[in-house]
Amino acid sequence: MSPRAAWRLESLGFTSVYDYVAGKLDWLAAGLPTRGSNADRPRAGDVARRDVPTCRLDDRLANVRDRVGAAGWNACVVVNDERVVLGLLRAAELRADPSLRIEEAMRPGPSTFRPFVSIDDMATFMTEHDLEASPVTTSDGRLVGVLRKEDAVKVAHERHEGGAQ
Amino acid sequence: MPQGIDRDEVRRLLDEGAQLVEVLPANEYMEDHLPGAISLPLRRLESEAWDLLDPTRPVIVYCWDSA
Repeated sequence: MSPRAAWRLESLGFTSVYDYVAGKLDWLAAGLPTRGSNADRPRAGDVARRDVPTCRLDDRLANVRDRVGAAGWNACVVVNDERVVLGLLRAAELRADPSLRIEEAMRPGPSTFRPFVSIDDMATFMTEHDLEASPVTTSDGRLVGVLRKEDAVKVAHERHEGGAQ
Repeated sequence: MPQGIDRDEVRRLLDEGAQLVEVLPANEYMEDHLPGAISLPLRRLESEAWDLLDPTRPVIVYCWDSA
C-alpha cells in the first residue's frame, strides 16, 4: 500500500517522497514506542526479563550451568557477538554432560516472539503450548529478553482483574 | 521516483523535519501508529494531501509492510 501512496503523492506534485518499506511491522518488531489505543497495553517486550543469562557457542556447559544457577535462572540464551539468538538452554539441556560445548548441548533455533505481541496473547499461547520461557527478539533476531510464562500469566491476570480491556 | 528507506533513515529524516504519514485505514492508525505520524489513508490521499501536508518538506509514507 505504501508504494502506491508514495507514487501517488509524487504524481500529485510532492517532490520529496520516501517509502518506509518495512513499515509499522518493522517498527513494532524493533520494540520502539508507538502511539494509539494499544500503546499502554503491556506487550511481550515490556514484560520480558532483560537479565536472562547468555552464553556463546564455544562455552563449556559446566561453566554456563554454574553461572546460570548462581543467577537464579534455569534457562540461558545462546547468542553471538551481535546478540542474535542461536539457541536456548532450558533445564533439560543444562543437565546434560557438563563437558559438552554449548553448541553440542543447546536446543538450536528456538521459537522466538516479537516484542509487540500483546501479553494476553502471549499468556494464552504459552499456556496452551506449555512453554515455560521463550526468547523475545527484534525482527533482525537480536535478543530483547526472555518472557517467562508465569510473568505473562500474572500480568495478563492483573490487567483483567483491574478491569482493563 | 519515491525512494525506499529503512528505519534508521526514517529517524534521520524525522530529525530533519520530515512529515510522517500512515496510509492504512484510520481504525488501524487509532490502535497503533508511529510517534508523530498523521493518518492519511490511501483512499483519501487525492482529496486531502494538499490540505494536510507541506509540499516543501520531505514526506515519509508507511503501511504495515511492503505489501
